[in-house]
Amino acid sequence: MLVTGPNGSGKTTLLRLCAGLYAPTGGELDVDVPRGSIGFLGHEPLVYRELTALENLDLYGRLYRLPERRERAGALLERFGLWRARNERVATFSRGMLQRLALCRTFLHDPDLLLLDEPFDGLDAEGVELLHAELAERPDATALVATHDPEGLASRATAQLALT
Amino acid sequence: MSLLSDHSRGPSLRFGPPLLAAAAAGLLLGGFALAFYWAPEDADQGFSQKIFYLHVPIALTAYACFGWGAWKALRLLWTGERRYDLESYTAIHMGVIFGLLTLITGSIWAKVSWGVWWSWGERQLVLFLILFLFYSSYFMLRFSTEPGPRRERNSAVYALFGVVLIPVSFLAVRIAGTILHPTIFTHEGADLPGEMLAAFCVCLAGMLSLAGALYLVELSGKRIDASLRELKELLA
Amino acid sequence: MSAYAADVAALARKDLLLELRARDTLPAMLLFVVSALTVFHFALPDGSSERAETGLLWIAIVFTALLGLSRAFIAEREQGVLDGLVLAPCDRSAIWLGKTLGVMVFLVLAELVALPAFALFFHPLSWELVAAVALANLGIAAIGTLLAAMAAASRARELLLPLLFLPLVIPVVIGGVGASVAANPGSFLAFLGLYDAVFAILCWASFEYVVTE
Repeated sequence: MLVTGPNGSGKTTLLRLCAGLYAPTGGELDVDVPRGSIGFLGHEPLVYRELTALENLDLYGRLYRLPERRERAGALLERFGLWRARNERVATFSRGMLQRLALCRTFLHDPDLLLLDEPFDGLDAEGVELLHAELAERPDATALVATHDPEGLASRATAQLALT
Repeated sequence: MSLLSDHSRGPSLRFGPPLLAAAAAGLLLGGFALAFYWAPEDADQGFSQKIFYLHVPIALTAYACFGWGAWKALRLLWTGERRYDLESYTAIHMGVIFGLLTLITGSIWAKVSWGVWWSWGERQLVLFLILFLFYSSYFMLRFSTEPGPRRERNSAVYALFGVVLIPVSFLAVRIAGTILHPTIFTHEGADLPGEMLAAFCVCLAGMLSLAGALYLVELSGKRIDASLRELKELLA
Repeated sequence: MSAYAADVAALARKDLLLELRARDTLPAMLLFVVSALTVFHFALPDGSSERAETGLLWIAIVFTALLGLSRAFIAEREQGVLDGLVLAPCDRSAIWLGKTLGVMVFLVLAELVALPAFALFFHPLSWELVAAVALANLGIAAIGTLLAAMAAASRARELLLPLLFLPLVIPVVIGGVGASVAANPGSFLAFLGLYDAVFAILCWASFEYVVTE
């Protein structure tokens, strides 16, 4: 589902509510998905700058109790073109690489619910391709994608929510 | 579930304050009259002991306020209903006021009894100093955190820490007395003859009523403030 | 149960790894504690008792701990990573426990320098002092970690943490100094154990509420 709207319309808030990072101040929100099946991509990449890409994914792999975390991490890094930088400290990464690593982190545990906030931000053309490919490989997952530029995904969206 | 809806709560907020204030006035006046005219003078300390009827009820009321604040904090964490935040905050505010009064009256009593304004051997005073510092930090915590669920939760957890700190500090100050600050001065308090006890109880009830009245008044004031702020935000 | 332990281990490991890379907090703590002990020597007039010196050691430990604690959540705060940890399926109390264990490691390492320095500068140590320090470490790390998380959410973090921390650490100082100088340290050591148990449980149970909204 595509969530569109201008800046400040509340796209980020909605996604953070669904992720459980905000508690609703009024009304109720029912998200039936357990925390371990939610993949969240926010404005921050949520990685430790002083650790390497591989170490970050290894940490998240442990926290998400993944059985073959090294292999999964490696596979994702390859798919997003970061394999060569896997042992580099994240502090040395460019903006585009950070976003790709954040995407690796988001997809690492094969989430059923994807909450993506401006996922194309900072990605070059190749990165955009890679993300589209990754999304195409997960047709069963539900994805809420917030973006102010819906062109690329409009064809694949099953629903659209426009915030004002 | 905005705070705007909370004003429908409780006739207690409309009738409570005047009733409690009247009760407080009556009990306190009566209590002090009893204390000064009826209860016998203490054999050791003479007239200065009368401060006891002021100091100890104030201290116990402070404890009660902190306990009430911690209870409301627990309810907040348990149920997530935001109104408990204001209630907890107000109770602790009352506690700090009464705590400060405890320190002041205790200091006056120390001066009158032993000629010093402060004594590290006086366990109640030291305990209240620790608690006063702790709960003052509570206000620092609230002032420097943005309003919202984060501030409410942090305040609530800190309030719970406070109420756990009370017995722990009591124990600490007690064992500290054995080597660090030998207890030179003591106040007899254990055996109170009947009249003293009666006068004391009346004063205690009066203080608690006073605290209750002030609590309700301040709480409704804070709720109005909060509603006003919410209205402004909605209109903006 | 073992999943919980694995989470805690992963998080503690992460903190130690970060410190190994950045190497800023621990050296600062080591230098600070030795500097503090030096200052204390000059602050004590001639003929000061051994008891006064022992008391000052505890001051040094408390403030060195504060220094370390002010850095406890700095990576999570500056890079917003705490959201990532909160989103993970692990129990939030595991975040607290992992971080507390990390802080304790730092404290122990700092004390491995501080205690010999104290023995060198002032007077020899007693086993009761060392036992008290070991017990105090848990209490200090436990409440310090939780309070650091609280302070991290506020505007005036560096100011707030000491204010929140010091009143709560007074009983630890009482217990620690008492155990170090009293004729019967047993009751003081027992008190420290009680403090540790009570506050560790409280922190463990309430950390969830400090990091979520």
